[in-house]
Amino acid sequence: MLSIKNLHASVEGKEILKGINLEIKAGEVHAIMGPNGSGKSTLSQVLAGNEAFEVTSGEVTLNGENLLDLETEERAREGIFLAFQYPVEIPGVSNLQFLRTAVNAMRAHKGEPEMNAAEFMKLAKEVSKQVDLDPAFLKRGVNEGFSGGEKKRNEIMQALLLQPKLAILDETDSGLDIDALQVVSKGVNALRAEDRAILMVTHYQRLLNHIVPDHVHVLAGGKIVKSGGRELALELEERGYGWLGIKDEETADSSAN
Amino acid sequence: MATTDKEVNELIKREYEHGFVTDIEADTFEPGLNEDVIARLSGIKKEPEWMLEWRLKAYRRWLEMDEPDWAHVGYPKIDYNSISYYSAPKRKEDMPQSLDEVDPELLKTYEKLGIPLHEREKLAGVAVDAVFDSVSVATTFKEPLAKAGVIFCSISEAIQDYPELVKKYLGSVVPAGDNFFAGLNSAVFSDGTFVYVPKGVRCPMELSTYFRINAANTGQFERTLIIAEDSSYVSYLEGCTAPMRDENQLHAAVVELVALDDAQIKYSTVQNWYPGDEEGKGGIFNFVTKRGACIGKNSKISWTQVETGSAVTWKYPSCILRGENSVGEFYSVALTNNYQQADTGTKMIHLGKNTSSTIISKGISAGKSSNAYRGLVKFGPGAEGARNFTQCDSLLIGDRCGAHTFPYIESKNKSAIVEHEATTSKVSDEQMFLCRQRGIEPEQAVSMIVNGFCKEVFKELPMEFAVEAGKLLEVSLEGSVG
Repeated sequence: MLSIKNLHASVEGKEILKGINLEIKAGEVHAIMGPNGSGKSTLSQVLAGNEAFEVTSGEVTLNGENLLDLETEERAREGIFLAFQYPVEIPGVSNLQFLRTAVNAMRAHKGEPEMNAAEFMKLAKEVSKQVDLDPAFLKRGVNEGFSGGEKKRNEIMQALLLQPKLAILDETDSGLDIDALQVVSKGVNALRAEDRAILMVTHYQRLLNHIVPDHVHVLAGGKIVKSGGRELALELEERGYGWLGIKDEETADSSAN
Repeated sequence: MATTDKEVNELIKREYEHGFVTDIEADTFEPGLNEDVIARLSGIKKEPEWMLEWRLKAYRRWLEMDEPDWAHVGYPKIDYNSISYYSAPKRKEDMPQSLDEVDPELLKTYEKLGIPLHEREKLAGVAVDAVFDSVSVATTFKEPLAKAGVIFCSISEAIQDYPELVKKYLGSVVPAGDNFFAGLNSAVFSDGTFVYVPKGVRCPMELSTYFRINAANTGQFERTLIIAEDSSYVSYLEGCTAPMRDENQLHAAVVELVALDDAQIKYSTVQNWYPGDEEGKGGIFNFVTKRGACIGKNSKISWTQVETGSAVTWKYPSCILRGENSVGEFYSVALTNNYQQADTGTKMIHLGKNTSSTIISKGISAGKSSNAYRGLVKFGPGAEGARNFTQCDSLLIGDRCGAHTFPYIESKNKSAIVEHEATTSKVSDEQMFLCRQRGIEPEQAVSMIVNGFCKEVFKELPMEFAVEAGKLLEVSLEGSVG
């Protein structure tokens, strides 16, 4: 489904991704792990089309189509979804209005008729239950005054509504307590499907206890330095990144103490 | 995301949609202003002697006044002798007695603007007075309103038919000597709307005036006077458009509102005068004095304005809160794009006990425009227990526009309470990325974000106009950023 070949990308002239190669098939769940600053978030932003990042070379295709030629919104309509690490607020725009606009943009792209307000309300209420969000949230401003956990659940709810081909989850576990983590994981597991791939970006192993990946990759210095199965994540938890010869700021800090 | 702004700019290019000119025979004065011109104008309108005297007194006063230059706007000096002070579509007979007698070209013009004047296709529940250049061409729903006792007619008719009311209230809130533009208006106002709601009457429908400037080189100087007697209620709306012309045109209106005991006036404006082109050429100079007097106890005046048009706007709808417990409100959205300049805000003058006021101002600046909020909250010595809440928010789109806030507070009463909040924000790259990542077009994203920003004001507008206002913002933002 998604094929990344020798991808190089930089931000403000500084190269962050230095040759990423990755193949993801439909139905698979991949986890990208790595220390802070390794380029994990950059990879998700580049795939989604954030123009703050410049792709300097390489190739990315989604079902054979060149993804890098598409605008951000076109990629979204082709099925790329990014759950943000820090979802931004849009004051005064209700979640409901925002989501309906998004869903209808996708439907228009597929040649389906628009959903009216009543139809959409019904759908949104059902989906909000899947991530334990009170339907009252739908009427509030997009992410306005949401707690960290609520923002993350809201992101997963959007994925469930938009039904993407490839869902990229950027540090979806960060800042979540154990209960919220379970709710979010339940939502992500509900996303798993034969025709959908999931790419999880995370610093910690704990998310992978709830959402079991098929493949685990370690990203360091802008490259994938090791790939393996589920057991690779467990090994990382046990031995830290140092074992792979990677400097991890947090591990380094704790060893210094 | 440096390219977002550019893309938004490229994606959205629609023109001002009301920019057409109606080809109609008109009686238009030669440009120039002197006492003879005023006498001729008054003569055409068959005004009584006292009205002409009133105008001439205002004119003499005006000659001694200086054009104000304190606003945060810049424009070439206006030559008041190069403007024509009267232009009216030619009429076969005298005044048209019914809509059937109104020139079909005129009816077509209003239809094109989405304001049907034929009663069979009337706007549901809204009575309309249509002012074309210097004259009122039609007023709808006169009969059902008359049944309720409400007077809704052009100010020219009111001067003829209700001279006592006009004499009593005209200039009582905005005297001729108030300011330069009000003085000019008092001398040369050509038409406008008059509303009188008697004691205890709740006006059965929304009243509205639709102002249209058509003729070239003319100014529009309309005068609106609304009187709400004890325990009455009226909601009034105004809309305005003008053709696209390379020359600037002057619009200097005066609006006076009078609310007696327990009366309420809700005044809403959707201002969409031609703003000039992308280079800043042409457009309307909108220099307007609007003021309401809450004379009676427990009275309330509420101004809601959505200002998207005009090259230069100078406008401060204000409330004089004289009656005990009277309430003043000002809800404003002012959007400037390209080279537009706006200096707008309000004055809340608290004189009576326990008076209160609320100011919510939302300024949106795009392109190379400049947008200023200027407000005065004043408490007189008798304003015991008075309070004001002010919130001024500015939203910037792109990095070549400016937003300014000039709040003034004067208090002569220690018990008065003022709260002031102000914020400035930008349509951020992160917000745009979030929207686009969800498949939303950049153009739609900007409009959605801006509409969200204006929500607190839009909810004050009558429903059908709130939708209109949202659409208007969308059109006005076009080609906004770059």
